Parts: sequence; C-alpha cells; structure tokens
Amino acid sequence: MKKQGSDSNPASVMPALPEPIKDLKIKYTKIFINNEWYDSVSGKKFPVFNPANEEKICEVEEGDKADVDKAVKAARKAFELGSPWRTMDASERGRLLNKLADLVERDRLILATMETINGGKLFSTAYLMDLGASVKTLRYCAGWADKIHGRTVPMDGNFFTFTRHEPIGVCGQIIPWNFPLVMFIWKIAPALCCGNTVVVKPAEQTPLTALYMGSLIKEAGFPPGVVNIVPGFGPTAGAAISHHMDIDKVAFTGSTEVGKLIKEAAGRSNLKRVTLELGGKSPNIIFADADLDAAVEFAHIGLFYHQGQCCIAGSRIFVEEPIYDEFVRRSIERAKKYTLGNPLLPGVQQGPQIDKDQFEKILELIESGKKEGAKLECGGGPWGDKGYFIQPTVFSNVTDDMRIAKEEIFGPVQQIMKFKTIDEVIKRANNTMYGLAAAVFTKDIDKALTFAAALQAGTVWVNCYSAVSAQCPFGGFKMSGNGREM
Amino acid sequence: PIPLPLLSLQIFINNEWHESTSGKKFPTYNPSTLEKICEIEEGDKPDVDNAVEAAKAAFQRGSPWRQMDAPSRGRLLHKLADLLERDRVILATLETMDTGKPFLHAYFIDLEGCIKTLRYYAGWADKIQGRTIPVDENFVCFTRHEPMGVCGAITPWNFPLLMLVWKMAPALCCGNTLVIKPAEQTPLTSLYIGSLIKEVGFPPGVVNIVPGYGPTAGAAISTHDNIDKIAFTGSTKVGKLIKEAASKSNLKRVTLELGGKNPCIVCADADLDLAVECAHQGVFFNQGQCCTAASRVFVEEQIYPEFVKRSVEFAKKRLVGDPFDARTEQGPQIDQKQFDKILELIESGKKEGAKLECGGLAIEDRGLFIKPTVFSEVTDNMRIAKEEIFGPVQPIMKFKSIEEVIRRANSTEYGLTAAVFTKNLDRALTLASALQSGTVWINCYNALYAQAPFGGFKMSGNGRELGEYALAEYTEVKTVTIKLSQKSP
Repeated sequence: MKKQGSDSNPASVMPALPEPIKDLKIKYTKIFINNEWYDSVSGKKFPVFNPANEEKICEVEEGDKADVDKAVKAARKAFELGSPWRTMDASERGRLLNKLADLVERDRLILATMETINGGKLFSTAYLMDLGASVKTLRYCAGWADKIHGRTVPMDGNFFTFTRHEPIGVCGQIIPWNFPLVMFIWKIAPALCCGNTVVVKPAEQTPLTALYMGSLIKEAGFPPGVVNIVPGFGPTAGAAISHHMDIDKVAFTGSTEVGKLIKEAAGRSNLKRVTLELGGKSPNIIFADADLDAAVEFAHIGLFYHQGQCCIAGSRIFVEEPIYDEFVRRSIERAKKYTLGNPLLPGVQQGPQIDKDQFEKILELIESGKKEGAKLECGGGPWGDKGYFIQPTVFSNVTDDMRIAKEEIFGPVQQIMKFKTIDEVIKRANNTMYGLAAAVFTKDIDKALTFAAALQAGTVWVNCYSAVSAQCPFGGFKMSGNGREM
Repeated sequence: PIPLPLLSLQIFINNEWHESTSGKKFPTYNPSTLEKICEIEEGDKPDVDNAVEAAKAAFQRGSPWRQMDAPSRGRLLHKLADLLERDRVILATLETMDTGKPFLHAYFIDLEGCIKTLRYYAGWADKIQGRTIPVDENFVCFTRHEPMGVCGAITPWNFPLLMLVWKMAPALCCGNTLVIKPAEQTPLTSLYIGSLIKEVGFPPGVVNIVPGYGPTAGAAISTHDNIDKIAFTGSTKVGKLIKEAASKSNLKRVTLELGGKNPCIVCADADLDLAVECAHQGVFFNQGQCCTAASRVFVEEQIYPEFVKRSVEFAKKRLVGDPFDARTEQGPQIDQKQFDKILELIESGKKEGAKLECGGLAIEDRGLFIKPTVFSEVTDNMRIAKEEIFGPVQPIMKFKSIEEVIRRANSTEYGLTAAVFTKNLDRALTLASALQSGTVWINCYNALYAQAPFGGFKMSGNGRELGEYALAEYTEVKTVTIKLSQKSP
C-alpha cells in the first residue's frame, strides 16, 4: 500500500530500511499438511526462478490432485465438530492471528528478501509495503475473530428466532504471483478469523513466502490441519481444488479468464461458494481543476507500481482537454528517469516482469499500440540482456478502440487519452467488462461525488490512487470479480 | 372460475404485452382435471433479449427508476401488496387451477406470504445503508450498497407466486430491474402480477416477464452477457447448470435455492402429539412438493413404535381430493413426470425392504393423485432415505444417541432445513449448533416468515433469501476513498 500522508500529517512511522539478507537459504520447499512437510505423492518437483536473472533459485515439491486430496482430508478433520479448532474460543483464534503477525514482524527481513528474489519486487517495496500490509491485515482480522455476530430477529408468531454466522468449512484458496505474501494473508486471515480451515495453492512462479508462512503457522500454534499449503500448477493442483467435492468454498485471485473456469468448476462439482478477485482496466480521470502535480504523480505510481503488475493498475488515463498536453509532458518526464536493475539493490526503481509469458505478452501489446497508431512517447521495448525487463513506456493520443485501451496489459505501459465532457468520460470509463477500481482528480465536490456514484467500479478513489487498506472492502463490479475481500 | 379473456397470457416487457418472436405458444394444464387451461406465448432467446434490453434501459443512470427516491420505491411495493390483497381471491384461484394446491392453502398461506414479504421489503427500501470506515492516514472512506443492475429470476412450480415475490421484493427494494421466467407448468399468477405492476405505476422496463421453458428461455437468462445477477429456485441438478452458465458467460452473481432431504429429529422427551403433527404436515404439505419437506424422520428408539402408529393414523386421515373443496388437504402432483418419479421411488422403498405402513400407490382413476404413504424401518442406505422424493411419502427411521443422529442427519449433500423436537434446552441448542442446515426449527416446522433468512448449506443452495440478508444478494458494494489534505480525527 502506498503511503499517502502529507508533511503535516504525523502518520505511522515507517521502519528504517535494512539491507536484504545475503545468500538467503530457502529452507521450506515441501508440501505443508497437518503442520508437517511432505514430498509430493508423485515424487515430482518443479523449479522456481529469479526473474531478475532467470536463474533457478531452488526446486519445490509439485503438488497434484493426490496431494490436494490429502490436504483436504486434513482440513476436513481439523474442521470436525469437537476438534481443537472448532472448540477453540473465538478470542483464542484472534490471539493466534496476532501471534502470527508477531512472527511475521520478527522474520520481516527474511520474508522481504525472499519475496524480492522470487517475485522481482523492489526490496524497499517488499519490506515497507508488502510486509507492512501483511502484518496489518493479520492484526485487523485478529480483532474481528470474537465479533462475528448473528442477529435476533422479531418474527411473526410465537417464535424466538436468531441467526448464527458459522464458518463455511474447508476453504480452497488460490493465490497469484504479483503480491504472493499479501494475497496469501488476505485469504487466510479472514478465513481463519471466522473459524474455517484452508488448503492454499500459491502461484507456481512464487511459492516460497507461502511455504515459509507454513513454518510460522506451526510455530504460532495453529492446530494441525487448519492451514495446509500445496504448491503446484493451475491445471493440476488448482483444478483439483476448484473441482473438489469436499471443499466448501474457493477463493481465487488472478485473471478473469481463469476466474471463469473456477466458477464453472464450482458449479459443476458441488456448488462450492466462490469469491473472485480478477483483472481490471481501471480508468483514472483527471479534470482541469485538479492539483496537476499530485495527479501526474498518482497516475504514474498508479500504473507503474510493481512493474504494472497490479489488478488495480490505472491503465486508462482520461485527461480533460485543456490540460492534456501539459499532463502528457509531465508524465513522460516522470517515466524517463528510471533506473532498472536487480531489485535487491538500493537505487533501483523498476524490477523485472515475472516470467517469459508475461514479458512476451506485454511486448506484443506494446507493438499493437504502435501499429494501431498511438503515439509512443518513451520506452517501447525490452531492456538489458538478462531477466524480463521492459522499459517504462508511455503512449499518448490513445483511442478507445485500440487494444492497449481495452486489454489488461499488466506491464509498465501507460495509456493517456483525452476527454471533453463529464457525460462523455463517464460513458467511456464504464465501457468495459471490467470494474475493479477507478479514480477522479478534481477539487470540485459536485464532480467528485457525481463520479463516486456514476463509476461502475468496486473502489472509487478521489484525489488519490491505490489507497488500499485492511479496513476497506475491496472487489470488483462486473467481470472484475465476485464478492469482497477486506 | 375466472373469465379467461381477462387474463394476460403474453410476454410482459416495458409494461406492455407482446406476442412471442417465434409466434409459438405453449399450453398450461390443470393437474387436478388434466384439462388444458389456456395457451401462453412461448418466450425464447429473442424475447429474453428484448426483455433484457428494456430492463437495462430502465436501469440507466438518469432513468425514472434510478432517479426515484428510495422511499418512493417502498411506496410502490406497498401499493403492490395492496393490489394483491384486493385481488387475493383471483390470484388464489389461479394458483389452485395451475398447481393443484388446495385453494385454502393458496389463499391463506401462499397469498399471505406474498403480501407480508412485499410489505417487509417495502420497509427496507430507504434503509439500504453503507458504512463509514476508519482507515489509516488522511482519508475519508465510505461504502455504498448499490443495486446490481438487471436481475434474472427463474422461479419454480411449487409456490409460483410466493417464490416470485421472494425474489422480486428484495430486488426492487434495492433498486434493481428484473427479467423473470416463471416455471412453464405454472405461469398464470406471475403473468397476472405483470398487470398489477403496471397498475401500481412501476416505470416501464423495471419488471419484465418472459414465460417459456428452461432449456430455451431459462438458458438464455443464465448465459446472458447483460444480466448482472441470476436468482434460481429449483432442483440442485439445474442449479449447477445455472452456476456453470453464469461462469462461462459474464460471471454474473448467482443465488440458488435448491433441493433438500431434511432431517426431522424427534427425541423421546418431545411433546409427542406436537412432533407427530409437525412431522406429518412437514412432509405432506403441498403434496410433498416442498424443498423443506421433512423427508427423513429420525425418532428416538424408545418412542418409535408409538410415533409410527400415530403418524400412520394421521396419514390415513389425510383428505385427498379436489383442491377447490374446502375439506381437501392434498391435491394432485404437478405433472406426469413428477408423478412417475414419486411412484418409482415408492417402489424402490418396497423393494429395498422398508416396511410400507399405508398408502404406497396412486389413487385409482384419479389422474395425478397419490395416496399419503408412510414407510417405517427405513435405513440410511435406501433410495427413499437419500433422494429427494418431492411427493407424499414419509420415511421414518430409528436412532439411539444424539451423536449418532447428528452424524446421520448431516450425511447428505443437502443442507436446507432441519427440525428438532425436544423439551431439553441443552439438547435443543446442541443440535441447533451441530446440524448443517440453513434453517433449524425447534419444536415447530415450516415456520417461515419474511424477517428470517432462508437458504441452504452445502448443495442445497448458495446465498440467502428473506430477512436483511437478502439485501446483500441484491446489492454491489462500492468503496469510496477520498484524500484530504489533513488527517481528520
């Protein structure tokens, strides 16, 4: 989460940034079930890479259906009536989550270094933002554990009626590679807070921090079987989860394309409950009366954060005609001064894309932008001879029918378009199957609240971008998702 | 009988009546007399498309419906309830003709539920509240609970009007627009509501009704790219297809109210008369055609023979006949397909060794009427103990201990309702916690009211209807975060 404080705001103090650990040893590479570590049933392993240099970090046990079945059995047993987890006081569940937060704080440096090496994330971002959000989310959900209230209901007739909000049961959770640790926490924290048990499949590109969390979960004292972690691939381990007849709910963060498959599988198998956090093509609308410096900066970070690999990336920037040229000029300046390189090193501002597939897809979309007539203002191609690096790229004079204006790029490519009137930009902003986030920059109260009402997006930011926090619900309208997290 | 020319038997879009695009019609029958009542315009994909277009236009920013104050939405729902009260006899008569349910049930139970549910949600309309949320740093954060948009509703034939109102009321209360497909066996009361919707003054396009079949009109709804949410009540088998279709198309939000194989647990310390009567009505009500049917009665060993004896007495006394006769308690099954399925399951009970205590066959020369049937000595592996029968068949089984009956009651993919009969507080609340069911009734059955949420655990459904909880199924949450130059306390 980006800190948005101002100079006069005594906001929470950021910890000083230490140096990343040199020669980090990866201790946890196996499947985590019942608080123990297992080889895969098949005996297979798969490699995990550092996207900054394309080198293999280590090998991890490859979970498949048989391993998912074992994990579900363990999770089901841990959920049985009368089990330690089911008979635990709600407040004690909260205490365990707080303890886990303490352990994450203790091992903050290890986790941040690991997340950087595995995810290509800037170390400073991983340490300050990802780890900060992880700790905060755990503590936020810890506080809710003993406040899951039902209601008494005044029913007609001589009845006494009340509702109970019971845990759903065994929850399958499929985690993406862009914020591996934060997304892991966003899923397990509310699930455990409400008394569920979980079977987690981290992304195959980035399983390391999830597996390390297994060790902390055991150390914190969660009963065996409450959290189980099965690394593996989508079409095997992931599909085993979405089709499983004994999983009561599946939560997935990833692409809209895969999200549809998951919901379909849920319908075909056992009608398991489904929540999805999917893609976006979020509009960022800048009015002439906006604070231009702030708007340029937020629009920039809103797109380029983590190499553009954010579901909320502000990838369609609509600028009101009178300030369009100046906005483009300042945006180019901001994008040009980038140092790319090894994300572990201080002074590096942009790391690599996660893998070859993404790298090629982004470059292909950049080419389409050039071909379809957008004006390439800077960047526009790969960087360096090792690792999946792409130059920060800005396109202006983008029109709504271009592929770069319609498809989710998930890379460091910023689209800037022009608009004239409020009604026009509302229509254009809403003209997408996505609906995850949106922003508007203006000083006028009437405009701000009109847009807050009119934009079809799960989150609307006014005079800011990417302000995400454990207290606020987050999720998509339309095909950006089903349901809310946080 | 109502003069049929007064009925609208067409497709209702934009407050107007239309013929089907294909020109086709389909018949609707009276299951009591087996006669055709009339023919209805048969909607298919093009008609659904037209309805969705109307519903979408009615939902546009700036439309009369979107601009309407919330309390005015509530007023319209109250007026609709008034008109249902005014036309109560007409609607109850139509429902009886179309479904075969006893007229007095339609009048006193179905219509009562409809009117009360409309008034309940009328009261919620201007209380759909979001929250303000204290976030870190200098932001103002609040949520809005916005209407989802165009909602598809596919309703069943067992409580046609009531199930429609269970969807329509919260949907409209929250500001959505609707495209409804009533069951092909029972379209009449849903179409009649169309005329009342227009009379009340809902803007055109807010409610649209497309009668037709599941694989055509129903599928067009579940796969539609411009429908934002679908609500379905029906079988678990079709519920799965709907959720699949929703996923394959546009990830529309889905709520499902599906089947059940509901345990009714009678402990030795229960008020025996109360338990027998509740279990009896619980399974035989509406010809056994309820998702809440008490179709697995577990009786504690000590009182088992007496319970069976009294249940058989009740079943033998149950009056089966013309639904318009005030003495009738049980009418015909809805159609030949259901009738055949029920008789087949009865045969399986006999074959698999359950003891047939009474009934067990159709009433001779009476079309779709089946004798109230009781089986005792039923064991959990028999088909009548596992499959949803949806007919007048009561399987009674024996149990010894609470731990055992909890395990057996929960051993099913279903989880809609459960009931417990006991005077012991500890036992009642232990069972209420342990049973995997969306509703647990204690010392009663079918106590269903608009205030209390209703829905299934496991494969009995997704989501909840009724109560405040239904509002969550018809709203989409939007978080608005506004940066201030300074932190406010």
